[in-house]
Amino acid sequence: MASSVPSIEAIKLIKQYDSFTALDNLNLRIEGAKCVGFLGPNGAGKTTTLKIFTDLIHRSSGKALINGIDVHYDKKKALAAVAALVERPEIYPSITPREALMIIAKHRGVPAEIRNKKIEDALHEVHMEDWSDKKVGKFSKGMKQRVDIASTLLNDPEIVLLDEPSSGLDPRGMSEVREMVKNLKKRKRLIFMSSHLLSEVMDVCDEAALIDHGKLLAYDTIQNLTRRFSAGGSALDVGFASPLVDNEVIEVIRKIHEVTSVEMLDDRNLRLKFVGNAQTQAQILSELVALRLGVNSFKTASSALEDVYLNLVKENV
Amino acid sequence: MHGLAANPEAQPFERANNKVPSGLAQCRVQAGFEFLNYVRSARFYILLGIVATIGIAIMAVMYVYKPPTYLSSPMAFYSVWWGNVVSLCVILTGIFFGADAISTEFQNKTGYYLLPNPIRRSSIFIGKWIASFLASAIAISVYAAITLADGAIYFGSNLPYQLGESFVFALFYIFPILGVSFFISSVFKNNSYSILVTAILLLFGFSYIAPLITSLSNSEPWYVLSYGAGIIKNVLSSSGYPPHEVVIAGSSSFNATIPEGLAIMFTYFVITLILGITLFEKEDFD
Repeated sequence: MASSVPSIEAIKLIKQYDSFTALDNLNLRIEGAKCVGFLGPNGAGKTTTLKIFTDLIHRSSGKALINGIDVHYDKKKALAAVAALVERPEIYPSITPREALMIIAKHRGVPAEIRNKKIEDALHEVHMEDWSDKKVGKFSKGMKQRVDIASTLLNDPEIVLLDEPSSGLDPRGMSEVREMVKNLKKRKRLIFMSSHLLSEVMDVCDEAALIDHGKLLAYDTIQNLTRRFSAGGSALDVGFASPLVDNEVIEVIRKIHEVTSVEMLDDRNLRLKFVGNAQTQAQILSELVALRLGVNSFKTASSALEDVYLNLVKENV
Repeated sequence: MHGLAANPEAQPFERANNKVPSGLAQCRVQAGFEFLNYVRSARFYILLGIVATIGIAIMAVMYVYKPPTYLSSPMAFYSVWWGNVVSLCVILTGIFFGADAISTEFQNKTGYYLLPNPIRRSSIFIGKWIASFLASAIAISVYAAITLADGAIYFGSNLPYQLGESFVFALFYIFPILGVSFFISSVFKNNSYSILVTAILLLFGFSYIAPLITSLSNSEPWYVLSYGAGIIKNVLSSSGYPPHEVVIAGSSSFNATIPEGLAIMFTYFVITLILGITLFEKEDFD
């Protein structure tokens, strides 16, 4: 039965290649408008999972449900609300981006009266307007990737499945992909995104699912994950407007309640480790501000998720 | 462990209102897209060039040597001009437009662009097949146009109706030829293997092995596609449609009747189409 909020669910999902088990009884349910990072080492089963959800490969057993509909039995209905970008799709070299997007728009049933507008908007969003009528065969890898990304924006999808979407892009392209994901979040979409870039997941995702050897290790909000699994407590990256030249200042910061260590990243940036929760973070921030040191940035350190990742993956070896 | 939503945040949600088109409509869209790709590809013009070259070469030979046997009647002329050559042209279209039609989706990763959409694999397969048929029919029509142009030099507008029949049979022959080539293309995920096996089977397998089996077994090769396609040439025989069985010195040779020929081609088409779609449905993009 179709659910009222977007959802994807793997139930006892198994993918077996001869003697190799790519997915081993994977159980995972994600629902609601949010962005979930899908993390794991190479060969953990991330892409396999996304491929099963998009009918690129068939599961050996179990279920892959999208909005409550099994992709294996009713792919057309299940994927009607989904846009996906898995691996690096190629487009026929003799086709232009506009034509490539047109076929997807038609297959997805974007109404004829708004089709051209949707295509223009998607091309604009990935900054490919100037290339819209050039043949894809002459494009760089990054440009093709932009067209692929544009194809996921066409039908205002409820669910977006992305397999390392910024891989292969230059720094500007990576930043644009993150912005695109953030924009999708603002439109209340469910985004399920595999990535090797923990900083990217920290930046755009609300939750993370960690997988290794085809098994789910953990799924929770990033904040809960860092609290539960980070060995050295949570970490914060703090930026200052002026260089911190006085060691005494660092000593003062070290004495802030619940801060366990202070690491100098450079003369304007510190990483604070602390034990506590979001309220503790707020308290640390207010104490830093009270010190009048010119704090100009304050965010959860990506290394916190790295700690979680390394701890969980290490435990699973 | 079972991963449950840690923070469901079931926010008010407005579903997109797109209605996914029917399978038939998606086949049509896919066919249009594939056909556009074909007519922009070098292979389409290479095949047209080959077909035109064959036609012009025969035209030149006819003009220079004026072979009296073949110029004795329109049927004799069109039998050699069209009947002897068009089957080869159809086989070439199968190799050019069918041999890598499916395998390329795996090898060149174009399947990754289309498949994660609400479209059945069978719709993609059939859409591609239709596009290949249209491209093939254009190539055969070009050859037919050159044939008619040369025929007009010698016989004016005197066209035997059997030429029309043969043209229809040739178009019908595209069905099983593309069926076979699409099936082979579904077996392999590598274009080179797929093209090689298709070319060997269509150019040599049916043409040389089947007559050999026939001569050894002295039985009708009703299971061979090229035997059924013999109706394309036989219908243009100037001495009338050849008998079903001809016995010379105790050894039989066979000619498919028109219903037999059509049935053989149709059966090949249906079986290979079903097998091809089934394989494509089951293959993993890994």
